[in-house]
Amino acid sequence: MSEQTTVAPPIAPDTRPRLPHGVRLVHSEAQGGWVLLAPERVFKADAIAADIVKRCTGESTLTEIVDDLAQAYSAPRERVLADVTVMLRGLAEKKLLEL
Amino acid sequence: MTSNGASGRPPPIGLLAELTHRCPLACPYCSNPLALEPREQELDLGTWFRVFHEAAALGVLQAHLSGGEPAARRDLVDITAAARLAGLYTNLITSGIGLTARRLAELSEAGLDHVQVSIQDSDPQSADHIAGYRGAFARKCELAHAVVQLKLPLTVNVVIHRANIERIGDMVDLAVFLGAGRVEVAHVQYYGWGLRNRALLMPARAQVERALAAVEELRQRYHGRIVIDAVVPDYYARYPKPCVGGWGRRSLNVTPSGKVLPCHAAESIPGLEFWSVRDRSLADIWDHSPAFNAFRGTSWMKEPCASCARREQDFGGCRCQAFALLGDAAATDPVCHLSPDRAQVSALALDQQNAPYLYRRM
Repeated sequence: MSEQTTVAPPIAPDTRPRLPHGVRLVHSEAQGGWVLLAPERVFKADAIAADIVKRCTGESTLTEIVDDLAQAYSAPRERVLADVTVMLRGLAEKKLLEL
Repeated sequence: MTSNGASGRPPPIGLLAELTHRCPLACPYCSNPLALEPREQELDLGTWFRVFHEAAALGVLQAHLSGGEPAARRDLVDITAAARLAGLYTNLITSGIGLTARRLAELSEAGLDHVQVSIQDSDPQSADHIAGYRGAFARKCELAHAVVQLKLPLTVNVVIHRANIERIGDMVDLAVFLGAGRVEVAHVQYYGWGLRNRALLMPARAQVERALAAVEELRQRYHGRIVIDAVVPDYYARYPKPCVGGWGRRSLNVTPSGKVLPCHAAESIPGLEFWSVRDRSLADIWDHSPAFNAFRGTSWMKEPCASCARREQDFGGCRCQAFALLGDAAATDPVCHLSPDRAQVSALALDQQNAPYLYRRM
């Protein structure tokens, strides 16, 4: 995960984050990677950000998402939770994610 | 590898698809050209289908289905489905007139991602007067409601000028009330119809300053509830806007008849050669069309742009504005405070008159 050290308000562990209608994560060959598409806006997503957003389906809880990522990246769970929280809070603030 | 990769140029991101110039409204600042293209010349569904696929292959991510009023096309649902099928994010830019709740539901089924509805004012009477269409305001509000009912994301677009600038707060309140997730506070751009009506639309400096302060206050009040996108109006700005993110750099515009333009007003610059999707592929046009290459990069620039630290930040501003005000499309956009012609813009901004609008008509 990133070297992000920002602290964000915690998110309840049973929250099931999801992309709202009108926000889509797509892979574009020509653009060279993952992009998050939103009303009149386009955000490039690096591989890790894309891995997080892909799991925000509205099905999995935050706990499940963090467990899954911690395993996939062999990273300490608390660290993953902190990074994911910062990212999801940031996306929600921009209305790119529903918590 | 796309042709862009070969040229080392980043691929475009957005396609503005002007499906038709027909529109029931007559807003005096319409962004369409003065010479509107008639229905008989409009591209058919099959051609749009090809254009969307070529756009996606080129790297385009979002298609903005616009007009005129795109709902004037009977095949709008099929066009939207075609764009979505090509993998594009589909954004419908509509006046709200001529779009029933049923057709909106069909559009949603076809994969429409987002709807932008224009609102002319928060005061219904004034709104209808600006649009030149009685009852427009009420129908727009109904459509906005239908969009939200379908759980489609909604942007409300408000175009600001002297007749409504004092009600920015009310208009943003209205957007929130209608359930919009985003509101665009766009000041009139003075090209084409807007240029014709400039003295009737131009706000006073004091009004602009109050409006900017109001937007800041609204951003704080509605933080996290609605995204407010707003820019300083050209004639009162210190630096020019990076028009279309730089000429031939981020987006392309296909007119109803298939001409491909670097921006919607580009035809106002005489002498540019535009190519058509009827004759060539979008990739060929993007790479080789003389109009796209005319003001790409920085080599066309004169001073003060050529040696300016901001030359790759605002790209010299707007070429159409340089031509409209100075008769030289390669000049520095004269709204820039570094332009030797800035005083002329400030003088033009003082020319404020009251008279009936020259409405946009076919």
